[in-house]
Amino acid sequence: MTPAPTSESVLFGKLTFAALPFHEPILIATFAAVAIGGVGVLGAMTYYRVWGVLWRDWLTSIDHKKIGIMYVVLGLIMLLRGFADAVMMRIQQAIAHGGAEGYLPPHHYDQIFTAHGVIMIFFVAMPLVTGLMNYVVPLQIGARDVAFPFLNNFSFWMTAGGAILVMASLFIGEFAATGWLAYPPLSGIHASPGVGVDYYIWALQIAGVGTLLSGVNLVATIVKMRAPGMTMMRMPVFTWTALCTNVLIVAAFPVLTAVLALLSLDRYVGTAFFTNDFGGSAMMYVNLIWIWGHPEVYILILPAFGIFSEVVSTYCGKRLFGYASMVYATVVITILSYLVWLHHFFTMGSGASVNSFFGITTMIISIPTGAKIFNWLFTMYRGRIRFDVPMLWTISFMVTFVIGGMTGVLLAVPPADFVLHNSLFLIAHFHNVIIGGVLFGLFAGITYWFPKAFGFKLDPFWGKVSFWCWTIGFYIAFMPLYVLGLMGVTRRMSKFEDPSLQIWFVIAALGAALIAAGIAAFLWQLFVSFQKRESLLDVTGDPWDGRTLEWSTSSPPPAYNFAFTPVVHDLDAWHDMKKRGYVRPTEGFIPIHMPKNTWAGIVLAGISVVCGFALVWHIWWLVAASFALLLATVILHTFNYARDFHIPASEVIETERARTRLLASAKA
Amino acid sequence: MTATTFEAAHKDAALEKPDDGRVFFLKTEHHPENGTLLGFWIYLMSDCLIFAVLFACYGVLGRNYAAGPSGKDLFDLGLVALNTTFLLFSSITYGFAMLEMAKNRVGTTLFWLGVTGVFGAAFLGVELYEFHHLIHEGATPQRSAFLSSFFALVGTHGLHVTFGMIWLVTLMFQVAQRGLIPENRRRLLCLSMFWHFLDVVWIGVFTFVYLMGTL
Repeated sequence: MTPAPTSESVLFGKLTFAALPFHEPILIATFAAVAIGGVGVLGAMTYYRVWGVLWRDWLTSIDHKKIGIMYVVLGLIMLLRGFADAVMMRIQQAIAHGGAEGYLPPHHYDQIFTAHGVIMIFFVAMPLVTGLMNYVVPLQIGARDVAFPFLNNFSFWMTAGGAILVMASLFIGEFAATGWLAYPPLSGIHASPGVGVDYYIWALQIAGVGTLLSGVNLVATIVKMRAPGMTMMRMPVFTWTALCTNVLIVAAFPVLTAVLALLSLDRYVGTAFFTNDFGGSAMMYVNLIWIWGHPEVYILILPAFGIFSEVVSTYCGKRLFGYASMVYATVVITILSYLVWLHHFFTMGSGASVNSFFGITTMIISIPTGAKIFNWLFTMYRGRIRFDVPMLWTISFMVTFVIGGMTGVLLAVPPADFVLHNSLFLIAHFHNVIIGGVLFGLFAGITYWFPKAFGFKLDPFWGKVSFWCWTIGFYIAFMPLYVLGLMGVTRRMSKFEDPSLQIWFVIAALGAALIAAGIAAFLWQLFVSFQKRESLLDVTGDPWDGRTLEWSTSSPPPAYNFAFTPVVHDLDAWHDMKKRGYVRPTEGFIPIHMPKNTWAGIVLAGISVVCGFALVWHIWWLVAASFALLLATVILHTFNYARDFHIPASEVIETERARTRLLASAKA
Repeated sequence: MTATTFEAAHKDAALEKPDDGRVFFLKTEHHPENGTLLGFWIYLMSDCLIFAVLFACYGVLGRNYAAGPSGKDLFDLGLVALNTTFLLFSSITYGFAMLEMAKNRVGTTLFWLGVTGVFGAAFLGVELYEFHHLIHEGATPQRSAFLSSFFALVGTHGLHVTFGMIWLVTLMFQVAQRGLIPENRRRLLCLSMFWHFLDVVWIGVFTFVYLMGTL
């Protein structure tokens, strides 16, 4: 698309008007829609004078609850983009058969599948998972905020900054056409001379800083800030999975950072790490990126397991079956996730012994995972199951994930993998576990904690519509890919010669349409629930008869979360408190020590995005200027020592009185 | 923690007690332990992984000379010994600064921090001289995978020392401005961990790259 510029100008680097996609009608139309929509939203925001509120209460907020909500909003917006990519691929593959070219030229198609993978993993699943952890973990452990509130804000904005850079690539230049992990030598400067891979690198580097710091933050939070009495083995399972996930983040993301830095050296400086000549080794890259990449899938799935555990025990009205085994299974998965990376490239030629080792470790992971499935089943056994929407997602997950897990074990057998490697069978497998596991878990979690965050429940009817569309749509969209994969169809193809394959792709496209209906139903559910919020109101703060501490405070919780720090005596602390006749305190309130909002996070991330953009386009003066500014701003920020304040007792009294009145009105 | 040991720990706190004697919340202000040092330590371990990747690259690619020069041809152990001495001394002098901090003496703390900075600058100076010399001889990062991984590993360490220097100077200003207040003590402790960490990494570089490279 963008022809490789022969020369670079001092002022604009490689950036010229040719980088704007005037010749791509699809992009022009998208840009027009985004521009008109964007101007409309900005105009409305100015008209309703929400800029000040937005800046003070949200963008600069260091409240973990607001940051959590912003993460989830970012994830949902990017879901629409990532899903649009998916639909485009499904349509292309449904029509481009037997000589038909379809509507997407190969270079554009390649960018779409790359963007789809990158966006869905880094900017949908990660923000949604991080958002839920951010929101829920401090509440579950009885803390007032995370260990490093400013870093939390900064992490969010770095993640958003990465997303902005990916979105910019849609309209200015191009995105990588290399697949979501950008293997060299394809991603090297000779095979990919355009800016696409550079966008990929810098978007992930900027977002990676955010992810790493939020990992550090949540580990420190869980280790240091648990309420008195909450020993490790009294932590809610979601918090346990969050701990393991963040340990994985801290232990995996630096590898991604390093390997992408080396790739960028190859591209920018001409070093020979992953090149074919001068002694470089492309397989070094593949190994390193999967040493990050495999733990990454557990980073996504473990919190989902945590959500299902909370949901199952709440909606079955029982303590989770086998809490200790659940914790051990989580920890075992955390460790094993580092010992399986090579199964992503059995065909590399490491030999039978190495492949056997990694095949066996991969199969072993299914044991703790299977233990979890049985724990959930036994929690349901003889429980009084309430089939609310989160529980529906959980049941659908259990069925779907088991299928995905079994195809995974199949792929773990190296000889089978030699046949199925890079086929659509693999695509079906990982969508089976990521949609059926991570995404279903996230929807369960969003529905479950929504009343906590906003004070009213989500409308169950539209939730069920969304649930059924997603579940059935998933099976219709991905089961055909298993069939095609077994027939030997490889991934990442923009057209097919054999017309007999077409029917399966058409079925898959219909499934995607059903999933689109599921997404639409979810968005409509948000709208309808907001409209009907009076009738869906949660006045008690405990709409589901919950068991963990987040349900002991009001919905939405006050800025300080808990007027008094809770003391924990048992697993399922809130259930224990309710059982033993806990009486909510209504007097004796004292001032509460809290961190102050700060501009630094959003400003630093903004400068980072400018720096990343300048690096993509080789605008060297801007790289130097923005980096110097970044450093200066960090230093300036460290001179700010006034980072906390006390919420006066009078304000606490007022907030708590309002809640007392609300609770009284609920009883009346 | 059981209820009884907990109550023992908070004897003077006024506690709300339901019928069976269990306490469900603290009536006094509760300050969880500060997590900065733990958090910084975790960050350092993640940084350590970046170095681990660079060491791994050097381990795999470090003998791929592509018909270019090898470590034996290039490394000047005398120069590296000087370099190492500077960095190790800077760690000792940082330790002196921390001892002075413990005695609450602003002036001598600043003095030792300054000495640390001078040693750090000397280390960087020697490293830059070495890099310049290598590039001048045609042993550039582009020449072979060995040199790419050498420059990446040693250069990343050097970049860390550079940022450590910027941090050090900033902190010296802040200590001069506000004295050894708790925030500054915490920051000095973090930088201390960072500085010693870089020392440990350098010992790895020295052994693994330079000593074994000249064998």
